[in-house]
Amino acid sequence: MSISRRRLLGTFGAGGGLVLAGGLTAACGSNTGRGSDREGGGPLLEHWYHQYGEPGTEQAVKRYADDYDKAEVRVQWRPGNYDQQTAAALLTTSGPDVFEVNGPTLDQIQGGQVVDLTDLLSEAKDDINPAVLAPKTHEGRIWAIPQVVDMQLLYYRKSMLKDAGVEPPHTLDALVDAAKELTTKNIKGLFLGNDGGPGVLGGTPLNAAGLELITSGGEVGFDDPAAARTLGKLHRLHADKSLLLGAPSDWSDPAAFTQGLTAMQWSGLWALPQVKKALGDDFGVLPFPRDGAHGRPAVPVGAYGAAVSARSRHKEAAKAYVKWLWVEKTEYQEDFALTYGFHIPARISLAKKAAKLREGAAGEAVGFATDHGHAEPLLWTPASKVAYQDALSRIIKSGASPERELKSVVRKTRAELRRVQKKR
Amino acid sequence: MRRAALTKGRWSGRQSRTLWFWIFVGPFVLGLTLFTYVPLAWSAYLSFFDAHNTVSPTDFVGFDNYTAMLRDDAFTDSLLTFLVFTAFIVPATYVLSLALALMVNRLRRAQAFFRSVFFLPVACSYVVAALIWKMSIFNGVRFGLANTVLGWFGADQIAWLSTTDPPWYWLVIVTVRLWLQAGFYMVLFLAGLQRISPRLYEAAAVDGARPGWQVFRHITFPQLRATSVAVVLLLVINAFQAFDEFYNLLSDSRGYPPYARPPLVYLYYTALGQGQNLGLGSAGAVILALIIAVVTVAQARWFGLGRKED
Repeated sequence: MSISRRRLLGTFGAGGGLVLAGGLTAACGSNTGRGSDREGGGPLLEHWYHQYGEPGTEQAVKRYADDYDKAEVRVQWRPGNYDQQTAAALLTTSGPDVFEVNGPTLDQIQGGQVVDLTDLLSEAKDDINPAVLAPKTHEGRIWAIPQVVDMQLLYYRKSMLKDAGVEPPHTLDALVDAAKELTTKNIKGLFLGNDGGPGVLGGTPLNAAGLELITSGGEVGFDDPAAARTLGKLHRLHADKSLLLGAPSDWSDPAAFTQGLTAMQWSGLWALPQVKKALGDDFGVLPFPRDGAHGRPAVPVGAYGAAVSARSRHKEAAKAYVKWLWVEKTEYQEDFALTYGFHIPARISLAKKAAKLREGAAGEAVGFATDHGHAEPLLWTPASKVAYQDALSRIIKSGASPERELKSVVRKTRAELRRVQKKR
Repeated sequence: MRRAALTKGRWSGRQSRTLWFWIFVGPFVLGLTLFTYVPLAWSAYLSFFDAHNTVSPTDFVGFDNYTAMLRDDAFTDSLLTFLVFTAFIVPATYVLSLALALMVNRLRRAQAFFRSVFFLPVACSYVVAALIWKMSIFNGVRFGLANTVLGWFGADQIAWLSTTDPPWYWLVIVTVRLWLQAGFYMVLFLAGLQRISPRLYEAAAVDGARPGWQVFRHITFPQLRATSVAVVLLLVINAFQAFDEFYNLLSDSRGYPPYARPPLVYLYYTALGQGQNLGLGSAGAVILALIIAVVTVAQARWFGLGRKED
């Protein structure tokens, strides 16, 4: 906004500071960061990504955006609390047109904040990993296009286990015992994140006990004595002082494991190249071990997806761009998944042919994701999740009664299920 | 000459004083209205609606959000956290800042230097200080500063922020805030100390009062009453508004542990986190604002703030 001398003086003369302040406020308000559409035709699209820790990813997505010729795409690489940023931005018209989302949540879908993208996947739907497509599907409509599949798993240091005479644990009891055996004055047995596990484990221990967070029929899936029994065992890890707590970097970073602060660490598949580089072949991977007679090994899987904001001024152009980038340009999906970090392409055909995903620990991990993968259900709302994580924290750290804590979570989850199902 | 007189008339005199008042005050009134009062009123409005993921809701729910918030154990726990925090931080900051002020006030040399040294942490951001405390001093591994010192004495490592029994995290939270704010309150006490007439001390000396504790108890402390009341009020309000250090010390990418979660952190997660329950969050904000107002007024009346003799 340019202000001429005449206009500036006129502004003062006409009404003093209030008017000027109002004008400036309006000018600030109009600066949404969006800019105007490009002069040569075609819209300008804002595409938001959360900040990846892997070098080269930002340049790659900017390169993909530059290659799109039907619209100008401006990539925003956003550090910090990305989920909160996008959730708040979706309330305004100055938010993104296209955004990467670890969701969307059911409330975002029911609140009409995201655009229905079902038609984008008409031909490719069967080629997308169903485990990660399900949480992006509500009442048969698809609300985000999965980009890459991420999973978490247990890394263990072979030499440390061998020195301590410990076998890789395949049951929860064995994991608890192994963590205790591996703990010394300077090295802890297991790292489940600086909070002791509630944040990262989520529903995985319940899956390992043969239970679900939410059943396929939309009911609470852990109102079962097996849930309390399994979660109660996690407290032993804390009581035995086997857990690494207060590490400089959290569970998603393999630094604590590669620096020898812990013998076992729960982390993501994305950390595998770093672990391999630091430790060579001195590591192995495992799923979360089973517990109880009906238990099975479990790993959490999930996918960031591309969604279109319902407040976008260019919804059709944004949909066309998403289809081009994440459905048609399969070579970009493969590059994005495997060149910078380590993720599984969401397209099954790409995942199958990727050589890097067939070898050694990576091959085992992909097998865990296929055989034992559980995604967080769409009906598992943020309010239920917070109640569950709080309960898990109290069970693990304070030794709170798992039965009593779970009873309260079941009550909260039922109330949440009633709320979201009423909106149908 | 006549023109100058006219101009002078326009910009001076009783009427133009009103004009000047609005020129200077107007932008701030506008900013305050736009960025404080309108959001406050809108928040109160939202608190009566089911406002998931929207700021323009249509589903009126009456007082449901208020009853839900008051029945929510996590919210009531957060109020308890505030009480515990206040019980630690208010007396600790009061005593430390008063002690620093007395010490600096007695200095004959380099008073300005020490005043600046103690005041300097006030300029540091809560976020930066919290991260230094979390990552360098009180991390839970062997190379953290606190654990290194403990290691010299053969003690075990402590996961300062993750140990709930005993709750070592309070030590981290309280010390970071003490370091950050003691300097500010020290300056307030210094101003209060310098307002005390030297004649009172002379009179006390004539009456045989012993310098030190006796003079402090009978002269200095009573004379600091007005400053003390203001300091305690500010400390309590600041404690209620605690957010930055708690959030940066204890949160991670997956959330926030259920312990040491003050009301503002809980409301942040309810309204602005992935929950995006703006109706419920607003009801919590209104409840919290009412509690702060009631406590502040009660405290002010208790101390007799505003009475003529003050």
